[in-house]
Amino acid sequence: MSNIEIKNLNKIYPTTPPVIALEGVELQVKSGEFVALLGPSGCGKSTLLNIIAGFEQSSTGVLSVDQSPVLRPGPERGVVFQEAALFPWLSVWDNVIFGPKVQGVARSIYEPRAKEMLKLMGLSAFEASLPVQLSGGMRQRVGIARVLTMGSQILLMDEPFGALDAQTRLSMQELLLSVWQQLKPTVVFVTHDIDEALFLADTVYVMSSRPGRIQAKLEVPFDRPRSLELTAGGDFNRMKLEILKQMRH
Amino acid sequence: MVQFRLRKLVLAFILPLLVICFWQYAASDPDMAGIVPTPLAVLQGWQSWIWGQAGLGLNPYLGTWASNVSYSGTRVIEGFTCAFLLGIPLGLMLGWSRLASELIDPFIQGLRPIPITAWLPFSIALFGIRDVGSIFLIFLGGFYAVVVNTTQGARDVDKNLIRAALMMGVNEWQLLRRVVLPSAMPSIFTGLRIGLGISWTAVIVSEMVAVKSGLGYVLWDAYYVGRMDIVLADMVSIGLMGFLSDSLIVFVERYVLRWRLLQNH
Repeated sequence: MSNIEIKNLNKIYPTTPPVIALEGVELQVKSGEFVALLGPSGCGKSTLLNIIAGFEQSSTGVLSVDQSPVLRPGPERGVVFQEAALFPWLSVWDNVIFGPKVQGVARSIYEPRAKEMLKLMGLSAFEASLPVQLSGGMRQRVGIARVLTMGSQILLMDEPFGALDAQTRLSMQELLLSVWQQLKPTVVFVTHDIDEALFLADTVYVMSSRPGRIQAKLEVPFDRPRSLELTAGGDFNRMKLEILKQMRH
Repeated sequence: MVQFRLRKLVLAFILPLLVICFWQYAASDPDMAGIVPTPLAVLQGWQSWIWGQAGLGLNPYLGTWASNVSYSGTRVIEGFTCAFLLGIPLGLMLGWSRLASELIDPFIQGLRPIPITAWLPFSIALFGIRDVGSIFLIFLGGFYAVVVNTTQGARDVDKNLIRAALMMGVNEWQLLRRVVLPSAMPSIFTGLRIGLGISWTAVIVSEMVAVKSGLGYVLWDAYYVGRMDIVLADMVSIGLMGFLSDSLIVFVERYVLRWRLLQNH
């Protein structure tokens, strides 16, 4: 299990004039916690996720995962991209086993695990399909199955359901929750959708833009396992209103 | 569907048939004798060029078609193989590594504007009237197209695919081999097709000047002795070879890029 610690992190792009993308970000994610980074577009939430992933470097500040600094991307921090980012020339199966295969993991180890994860994501019948033959929601499920097969302890999800239609998005959220319930990875989930953040997360960090900073941290008190009925309740809507007010500031 | 195809076929053949009819009519004029042979004369000349018995009479072309096609074809295969064996890895390197690009790309871009035909005298001086000179030109012609397109393909790899691969723990070599190369494949095939076309141009030009066999040599030789039927049959043969070799690449491309064919539907 893994935890993430971020202290006074800044990200400045050295353009003229310099753009402050992130300022004084403080963030602690406990092992197995589900955290949502919520904010309008341009607030730096994706930049923050890219820094945790190791795709970008912070300008100043501390970022550590399990007490060691993050220097580069790696399999312990699985990323689920907005547009799935599957290799279009590989079948679903080859996409899912790509990670362990390039890492030199024995086939006897990754094969059963890949089968299990594909089954968990409801993709068993589509092993031989190419990504282009799948719907957007199914491609995202492959994207999730691929990081689960690697055994990533941390899932970094960058608006993974943002491009999906409303019904598909809801069923993907339920699927993600049930998988999270079973495997308990640490999740950092970037979204601009308040309902999505509240429905999924233990903790919601509300971000504001220009410069990107964390404006508020809210504990989401709802019991688990959660079901869709939750999103129609009064408590849920009261929290939603509270966040909306925060975002207006 | 069948009707639709038949319609396409019929429409496609109307213009060529008209041209051939006009050609037959115009070339039958006595004034044109010795300048432009009729289509029928070309067919007859071609036939004897292919099947004629060598060694009888004064016709030096009898029965030499297949061997000349094979001389030219072999040169193209040799030169073009060198072109893509060097061009694809180099293009990947140039597209991928900034250092390689800054070091080598200006050199290639500096030489590229020199047309391959301008290399002819230098090539003959260097290699003499031998196969190597011809193969060098074919290589050069194919190489530029392959390297430029491969470089472009390797530069245009989707950033998220690279990030996804890095996230899954690839090393530099795996990234090149498993992500950059397949991503660049469509551009590589574009380069191969363009390059092969230029290689055929190069083989004809070089055989006219730098060697004493092949379709290009026969083309120029037949012109000199006034065998315009052979000249025209030779031109059609070159076109045919170019078409067939391009079809071969398209065939391989369809197989290698199956995933892309599905994408376009």
